[in-house]
Amino acid sequence: MDSASVTAFFQTLVQGLLTGGLYALIGTGLSLIFGVMKVINFAHGDFLAIGMFITLALFKAFNIDPYLSLLVVAPAGFALGFLIQRFVLARLGDRLGEGSMLATLGLGLIVSNTLLLTFGAQPQSINVPYATTTFQFAGVQISIPLLVAGLGTLVAIVGLNLLLYRTELGRAIRATAQNPLGAELQGVKTTQIQAIVFGLGVAFAAIAGVLLMPLLYTFPTVGENYTTKAFIVTVLGGLGNLPGAVAGGLVLGVIESLGAFYISNNYRDAYGLIAFLLVLLLRPEGLFGKTVKRV
Amino acid sequence: MTSLAPSPASFVNAQDRVLNVENLEVAYGEVQVVFGVGLHVSKGELVGLVGGNGSGKSTILRVLSGMLRARAGTATYRQHNLNGVPPHKITDLGVAHVPMGRQLFGQMTVEENLLMGAYLPRTRAGRTQNLQKVYDFFPRLVDKRSTPAAALSGGEQQMVAIGRALMSEPEVLLMDEPSLGLAPLVVSEVMRVIGSLRELGLTVLLVEQNVRQVLKVTDRTYVLELGKLVKVGPSRDLMGDPDIIKAYLGV
Repeated sequence: MDSASVTAFFQTLVQGLLTGGLYALIGTGLSLIFGVMKVINFAHGDFLAIGMFITLALFKAFNIDPYLSLLVVAPAGFALGFLIQRFVLARLGDRLGEGSMLATLGLGLIVSNTLLLTFGAQPQSINVPYATTTFQFAGVQISIPLLVAGLGTLVAIVGLNLLLYRTELGRAIRATAQNPLGAELQGVKTTQIQAIVFGLGVAFAAIAGVLLMPLLYTFPTVGENYTTKAFIVTVLGGLGNLPGAVAGGLVLGVIESLGAFYISNNYRDAYGLIAFLLVLLLRPEGLFGKTVKRV
Repeated sequence: MTSLAPSPASFVNAQDRVLNVENLEVAYGEVQVVFGVGLHVSKGELVGLVGGNGSGKSTILRVLSGMLRARAGTATYRQHNLNGVPPHKITDLGVAHVPMGRQLFGQMTVEENLLMGAYLPRTRAGRTQNLQKVYDFFPRLVDKRSTPAAALSGGEQQMVAIGRALMSEPEVLLMDEPSLGLAPLVVSEVMRVIGSLRELGLTVLLVEQNVRQVLKVTDRTYVLELGKLVKVGPSRDLMGDPDIIKAYLGV
């Protein structure tokens, strides 16, 4: 292999890892929600779209830098998720299992159609000077917004781990995930824990939306694609397995990136789906899950 | 001994009745399983509630811990109503529940499970001290403090469940079938532990299928059949009661 093709390989790999970081962020939110509530959030990508559109609107109206809008989007995403759990999912009671699928599908439709009414169907993007700038390291060109996205993901995931393993609240969240009845009997208000967890999951999706905004066009149904990607990530990593979701995200990013470079860019989304099907067929518990089915 | 006769403890001042249940009626949907049951537990008493499968004993306990709402009747802890109150609030009042099947946090260590028992703000100040007390009470758990709960034996898991409940500084302990799924030798051990809870000044209501073991450790026992109270009395007397011997102790 000559040095140009080695550089190209690393270029593709780094790009895949950074994109994968974003997938990890999206997948972690979905997996966290599933792990604690056993709810599959079909509106996950639409919450990401909300993050993108808030960023877009703030930029258009007040010329606010996309990354600065994280200060608005993260709390707004958390609040939205918290309220959805409180006023929609908590009302489903014993029928949370099937009910939550329909409820989140419905919420997703409401979100995408509201975005369509408000912003129109045409793809829109943000023009910031640094959008196309790159940073060179050992011959590998790294796009600045992609690097920021990767770092942002790292911060969010490290923060989530600190929350889960270093705080009282985190212990209560893990307890609720492992045994809701046991947690409730220790005085944990599990309905509140679920609302916090749904809030965190939505905030993670919305943050991913912000980080994507300088890189991509957005349109009202942009979320669909990301809901699919979030599913792929969590299935690769094992549902409810947070380190698995991070690894699954990175794997998906790299598969897509290598596939696009070495086979064909037209099938970028297909590579992930092929990996998804293979994992479902061969290792349904996920690449990193235990072979025993966890309840 | 006559059944349903007031036991000595029922003559004590009503204020000493820490737990009080009157005319309790509980149904799962259309199916009624508890019919007008009344019982009480006085301060410092260790009381058994026994009966066969489907007698309604666990159902009554689930009302007391907030997992189920009774259709009629009252269930109180001191001056507090318990019926329809969510479990986390009942724990905060001072009534801890050692649930059926233990309900531990399987992937957490023993110590983390115990610390979860002191989740409530009112219990945080005494947390370190109480943790030490639990380890003193169950020395076997000291070496296992960093082991995931799921990796423990059934008896050890039951000790963690009891220890976790003690961490919430309860006045009353509700125990739902602690002997379930344990080997006979381990059952005796767990029962000895329950007997010694009295030394900690706890008031205990013990629901069990294992009548013989319950009569050995408790002060008084209520016997349920098909959702109705059929006998109550000092456990020592019940051990010699012909009906009890015939139905539960075998000869």
